[in-house]
Amino acid sequence: MSEGVRAVTKIALAGNPNVGKTVLFNALTGANQKVANYPGVTVERKSGRLTGTGKDGVPAVEVVDLPGCYSLNPRSIDERIAHDVLVGHAQNEEPPDAVICVVDATNLERNLYLITQVLDLGLPAVLGLNMIDAAEAAGIKIDTQALSEALGVPVIPLAARHGRGIEDVRDAVLNRAVVPPLIDWPVRDDVEAQVRRLGEILAKEYSALDERRVRFEVFAALTSDVLLDSWTNRAPGFRDAVLAARAEMESSSIPYQMAETMGRYGWVSPLVQRVVQRHSDAHARSLSDRMDAVLIHRVWGPAIFAAVLVLIFQAVFTWAVPAMDFIEWSVNGIGTGLRSVLPDGVFEDVIVEGALTGVGNVVVFLPQILILFFFLGLMEDTGYMARSAFIMDRAMRRFGLSGASVVPLLSAYACAIPGIMAARTLPDERDRIITIMVVPLQGCSARLPVYVLFIGAFIPAGTLLGVVGYQSLAMTSLYFLGTGMAFVAAWVLGRFVFKGEGSSFVMELPPYRVPQWKLVFRRMIDRSRVFVVRAGKIIFGLSILLWLLAAYPKTELTPDLENRLATAQEAVVLAEQAGDPAVTTLALDAQAAAQNQVASFRTRNSYIGRFGRALEPVMAPLGFDWKISAGIVASFAAREVIVSALATIYSAGADADEESLALRDAIKADTYPDGTPVFTSLVAVSLMVFFVFALQCMSTLAIARRELNSWFWPAVMWVYMFALAYVFSLVVYQGGLALGLG
Amino acid sequence: MTTSLDQLKPGESGRIDGFSGSAPGRLLEMGLLPGTVVEVVRLAPLGDPMDLKVRGFHLSLRKKEAAHIIVLRS
Repeated sequence: MSEGVRAVTKIALAGNPNVGKTVLFNALTGANQKVANYPGVTVERKSGRLTGTGKDGVPAVEVVDLPGCYSLNPRSIDERIAHDVLVGHAQNEEPPDAVICVVDATNLERNLYLITQVLDLGLPAVLGLNMIDAAEAAGIKIDTQALSEALGVPVIPLAARHGRGIEDVRDAVLNRAVVPPLIDWPVRDDVEAQVRRLGEILAKEYSALDERRVRFEVFAALTSDVLLDSWTNRAPGFRDAVLAARAEMESSSIPYQMAETMGRYGWVSPLVQRVVQRHSDAHARSLSDRMDAVLIHRVWGPAIFAAVLVLIFQAVFTWAVPAMDFIEWSVNGIGTGLRSVLPDGVFEDVIVEGALTGVGNVVVFLPQILILFFFLGLMEDTGYMARSAFIMDRAMRRFGLSGASVVPLLSAYACAIPGIMAARTLPDERDRIITIMVVPLQGCSARLPVYVLFIGAFIPAGTLLGVVGYQSLAMTSLYFLGTGMAFVAAWVLGRFVFKGEGSSFVMELPPYRVPQWKLVFRRMIDRSRVFVVRAGKIIFGLSILLWLLAAYPKTELTPDLENRLATAQEAVVLAEQAGDPAVTTLALDAQAAAQNQVASFRTRNSYIGRFGRALEPVMAPLGFDWKISAGIVASFAAREVIVSALATIYSAGADADEESLALRDAIKADTYPDGTPVFTSLVAVSLMVFFVFALQCMSTLAIARRELNSWFWPAVMWVYMFALAYVFSLVVYQGGLALGLG
Repeated sequence: MTTSLDQLKPGESGRIDGFSGSAPGRLLEMGLLPGTVVEVVRLAPLGDPMDLKVRGFHLSLRKKEAAHIIVLRS
């Protein structure tokens, strides 16, 4: 380590979005990575250990990949975090000892704007000139020596994707990172005078800052309300002085808000002119431009986007099926295995029927989620994601959403959880909340088993006019109902709840890049892990609870039931002794039937059964009896649970699924004491409509809480969706009765 | 002749002259400053937003926001 250089123990990577920061981060840290969240927010904190440090006496060096940002003047939560970490305001976070500023060599001018801000902070720094290969290919030559002299920090050419320059940047940041001299970017005189005056006030009131940081903070406070307010407690006098100065400059029409950007670009532009040489062919249309001519073409653009969606849907709903079947099969196998190992009793039941089944209910969606995240990662990494938002923005804006809401809404057809997580890409907070609030209305795959059961049982198999099957028509209608309501809800939320200025849509359309498969896979795994851990934890606990509620209290059997069970068991023993296989089969069937009746009796008297009966008066106007109400309560954790809950209640055997004929027949055969059927087609439609809207999914609530960092909006979400479900089912059922469809 | 940026047709470009109302900070930081040349590359399939080329990169901007940017058609 050379003299005058502090020991480096923490390095931050800073730069614009889409400059290859994450690729460089991966190259610098190898497998030593950790993904967590910054305290209280959903911004990912990616950190890792610089390879080769932390062993054989070499001091460990932490590398932190800051969120990509265009400016240190924070306009989004991502930028706020990047700002806070660099200036040392982040919670539980030491400021870095050195910064690697990463820029895209093909887009130097705009990239350097942020870098001049970072360098102004006075942290030791180096500049990584990434995508140098792409720049060369585009006929752009950069005089790194001149650039380094102008910025006052080492400049390292990089092609992080191809592993070029990684060692150089590693060596430079450890041994040659220097505090750059203050860049003398021009400021118009009238603003400069105010800046100096405000700087003196700040330095007097808050002495912890050196001269250059004072200047940085003054400009920040002049243009950013958020950063100005951060002085309310630390330096109230400074805050008042800034407010007064703003008012004064405004009244004499001094464009002080532009002073910093004009000044920095005024310094950067001539520098770029000087150090960047473009070959004569550099002005020819780039490959990326030529691709855009097709991919966002008036006709081809939407057509290709639609094709991409069909492909993703196909993958999620078809290709995932074998893996899902395999998981179900494995979970059943593990259950059988556990049953043979564990001692019979309550513990065994809790583990197998509660915990294992519950976790299985989550894990079964993992294949769909992995596939979905794979495609989303691919869209992000290639640059197509921004194009999809560009194509869809106009259509989405009619409903108070933005183009960037398309991907979350589509992801939610697989599962609301990845949908809610995908909403992170929305730059505008208002858009993000609205999107999250409506995402769970999309027909997710957990609703499918419910639809399959009731459509199979109650919708005739014929076709309408010999073309469209009634059953598929019913299925499609349910999906349209959910999606239509999502748009209506978004419109209502945007119009009446989150009033105020519509979002802005200043979005970069980054150049297309060949996907980095390793990066795409890594992101897919990381995000899926979040899903499994978060959803799994909650489902695990809740499944045990629900199972206990369905299994307890254990009620004494009526003498009649007791007799029936005993008789059936005796019959089996006798039949086995007689040795006639046909008789044995009959006896076993009779025994199973008796056992099912016992299970049904127990469920009726369990807490859930009691709850269902207590709820019956409320749910009766929708056409639901106590059994359906109990099923709805049981499926609060996850929608598909209603199938197995009804199977238990209807004594169709615990292993019945949505395609089981026994369950369909049992449901159809059920009657009220007066002999009228419990389930009519109308009740089935009412119930399916209920499931279109009701937020019967604990995991969704948990993820929404995490992403919105409050229980308030998830609570609102549950209430409004339940209200929709109740009202729509009520209208369907009562309307149907009035029309004589009952 | 000055006009607002949303009035430019695909293929046309203009030099930013100023902003009506207060200048939007994000656009300034992205390098859309008085004197900067902006080219309208194309419009989204439904006619909005716009695909702009500024300082060598592409930026998507809604017409509503582009309407606040005054340009000298070139």
